[in-house]
Amino acid sequence: MKKTEIKGILREIPEGQRKEDKCHHCGGEFDQGIVEYNEHYFCCTGCRTVFQLLNEGGLEKYYSIEERTGNTVGRFHKDKYAYLENEEIRDGLIDFSDGGVTRVQFYVPGIHCSSCIWLLENLNRLHSGIHQSTVNFVKKTVDVVYKEDDLNLREVVELLAYIGYEPSVSLRDYNKKDRPHTNRSLYYKLGIAGFSFGNIMLLSFPEYLDELSYLSSDFKILFGGLNFLLALPVFLYSSSEYFQSAWKSLRKGYVNIDLPISLGIVALFFRSSYEIFTLTGSGFMDSFTMLVFLLLVGKWYQGRTYQALSFERDYRSYFPLAVNRIRGEKEEAVPVRDLRNGDVIALRNQEILPGDSILLSDSAVVDYSFVSGESTPISKTKGDKVFAGGRIVGELTRFEIQKEVSQSYLTKLWNQAAFQNENTRYESMVNSVSKYFTLFILSVAVLSFMFWYFETGTGVALNIFTSVLIIACPCALALTLPFSFGNTMTFFGKHRFYLKNAQVVESLFRADTVVFDKTGTLTFPGDAAVSFRGELEQEDLSAIRSITRHSTHPLSKIIADHLKQHNVVEISGFREYAGKGVGATVNGIWFKIGSGEFVGANPEVETEETSTVHVSRGDQYLGSFNIRKEYRKDIGNLISDLKSDGLEVHLISGDNAAELENMTRHFERSLIHFDQKPQDKLEYIEKLQSTGKNVVMIGDGLNDAGALKAADVGIAVSDDVYTFTPASDAILDGSELRNISRFIAFSKNVRAIVQLSFLISFLYNVVGLLFAVNGKVTPLFAAVLMPVSSITVVSFITIAIRFLASRKKFDFSP
Amino acid sequence: MSAIYILIGFSLLAALGFLGAFLWSVRNGQYEDSYTPSIRILFDDEPLENSESKDTNSNKINNPKQ
Repeated sequence: MKKTEIKGILREIPEGQRKEDKCHHCGGEFDQGIVEYNEHYFCCTGCRTVFQLLNEGGLEKYYSIEERTGNTVGRFHKDKYAYLENEEIRDGLIDFSDGGVTRVQFYVPGIHCSSCIWLLENLNRLHSGIHQSTVNFVKKTVDVVYKEDDLNLREVVELLAYIGYEPSVSLRDYNKKDRPHTNRSLYYKLGIAGFSFGNIMLLSFPEYLDELSYLSSDFKILFGGLNFLLALPVFLYSSSEYFQSAWKSLRKGYVNIDLPISLGIVALFFRSSYEIFTLTGSGFMDSFTMLVFLLLVGKWYQGRTYQALSFERDYRSYFPLAVNRIRGEKEEAVPVRDLRNGDVIALRNQEILPGDSILLSDSAVVDYSFVSGESTPISKTKGDKVFAGGRIVGELTRFEIQKEVSQSYLTKLWNQAAFQNENTRYESMVNSVSKYFTLFILSVAVLSFMFWYFETGTGVALNIFTSVLIIACPCALALTLPFSFGNTMTFFGKHRFYLKNAQVVESLFRADTVVFDKTGTLTFPGDAAVSFRGELEQEDLSAIRSITRHSTHPLSKIIADHLKQHNVVEISGFREYAGKGVGATVNGIWFKIGSGEFVGANPEVETEETSTVHVSRGDQYLGSFNIRKEYRKDIGNLISDLKSDGLEVHLISGDNAAELENMTRHFERSLIHFDQKPQDKLEYIEKLQSTGKNVVMIGDGLNDAGALKAADVGIAVSDDVYTFTPASDAILDGSELRNISRFIAFSKNVRAIVQLSFLISFLYNVVGLLFAVNGKVTPLFAAVLMPVSSITVVSFITIAIRFLASRKKFDFSP
Repeated sequence: MSAIYILIGFSLLAALGFLGAFLWSVRNGQYEDSYTPSIRILFDDEPLENSESKDTNSNKINNPKQ
């Protein structure tokens, strides 16, 4: 790229003379002055550079699709992506590479509007080495195909980061080749079953109307033969998974719903084929293909999930792929898993510590918000032990690795047994029903076979036997759960409670115990109550705001935000003292903002819930800001609601017991547990389960990951559901936490609906069976009964759940 | 009545054609992203000569690091 001359200069333009009131690129405020370029205003040189780049690439249309939509361009260290030049890492990331053309998929969290799609799909106009780029908006991914000769992976990532679409490259992206491809076979099966069903319907129709036998036998042979040919792929391919599943469960010694379905399918197909080939009847091929088609539709309906959300994230989605290791004077990027004990690594601002380490630099500020939900960073000094998972805030920091990545305090949680196997602790509702159902059907079939065998003979008896199996095939029963759970899932989704899959509804209505994490779950991470002890004048407040807004420290941000109605004044000599505070000169007076020691105040006792920030002006101590964590609104009501619904409510927190008194107002003393390590949380859940409890765990950070996994329903609370949440069964928007008792109550109502629709489908079966044992089942009768029963059940469920949803009053927090 | 044989044959052929089209579209990945194409179709194509002249320009821009 030709050297970009900085044409725009940072300067202040008075508000009245501005042509635009927001940054032309990102729509941001002009907090730090205005950069003017080509008659447009920008909030920083980053935004201006992107504008210039897009302009020169002929991509100015980006700004006309949606206005001021660019992402604020984050600055990154020039070697941040150097590790992508490492062959091993590159091979693990790319999808395939062939003949100099490489294809790679990135997850780009910054994709948010149609301009993004347009720009990212026109990357080839910014760089000729990029062959093609395709965006998936819902999944926020971009597939890039590029020519190896012209640019390498590092340059692709840097190009994306440079225009404000920094891809998230984490340990999880490694070994993409191992990941399973999306399963398309359900679509194939559905398509083939639908095709055969429709055509067999048409071909069977003449027979139904043919009361007086107008059809010549030639036609019967033709229609029968065609029906058989069309039904064959449905039998062999579309219904294959029902056979497999039934066989698998039989070998494990239990009966699932797929067994009576498979029996019905086999009876339908062979009875029909027999009738067709012996010219004794027209067979039930239309009922057979319809059955398979409806079942597959149910499967598809149940399988719809939230593509944009990830329920599978573990520490690997969050840990870096590589870090810079220092050997002598040389600094080189190494894959994280190659780190060994004793290695010295260097981390920059916002980078994550991959293993438990000892701090080698003088001081460091570490932010553990992803791990514990605690948003206030912790200061560490030389020689301190620092646990993995912390994000470094501030300048370059050196660490010595003490434990390898997979053996660290946090990450060894994933070696636990709870992560090795999927927990299916109890038989699903439909399978426990189908056990008795299958037994009942088989005995009816055998009994009526015996009765008719002695009455007439084998021929009729076999007919009756297969009719019973056909008519009893639990199509409506099998559709009950997909549709009731699927509808519930959609309803919950509207209230920002996203389930991983439909089965979670079932676990939710069994729940009798709710366990809460405290920090980040019950407390609100962003919100804090700020108060000042001492006297401050207007100018001081303006000075404090102007200084703190330059700092990236979360406490500074809280204070700057708290003072946002005050003016911004010019400051000079701004300095950030890692782990201590910040300082700057305003109107010739040196201000210090930070810890008591740094400012020169008496050290005060800080609790987990409050942080104190001291301020001095020149030599004069002014006072301190007291920043207290806020609990989410209505926590008290939520917990009393849960209790009155008969649920047991527990609290487990990794913090010390400072808030014990506050918590005993809501929770019973014996059910509150402080100082719990991630491992303890997991064991606590398992202990509850061993006493027969069905546990819902509500947490937010990586330290809850074990408990979330072990619980029957793990719910991750997040204030932005699209950002990081640990692996869980459900993701709940933080503002909807208040409604969790209503979600559980709703799911218990869904159980009643499911039971009612089981009853309806049994009634249909009983009616059908009455006809079947008397030998009155005709193909037409079967072809009518099956869709009628399925449609009644499905519409009953849909209407009942809609009705329930319209009656439920949900609290909408503003 | 023999016309019916031909008609049935044709109707099945037509239906098979649609089935083939469906299977091809699944294979092509059309069911994996049902949202983005709805936006993509609204972008106007730009005149060809314009984009070509820009192409030579963009060749110069190939290292964003500087």
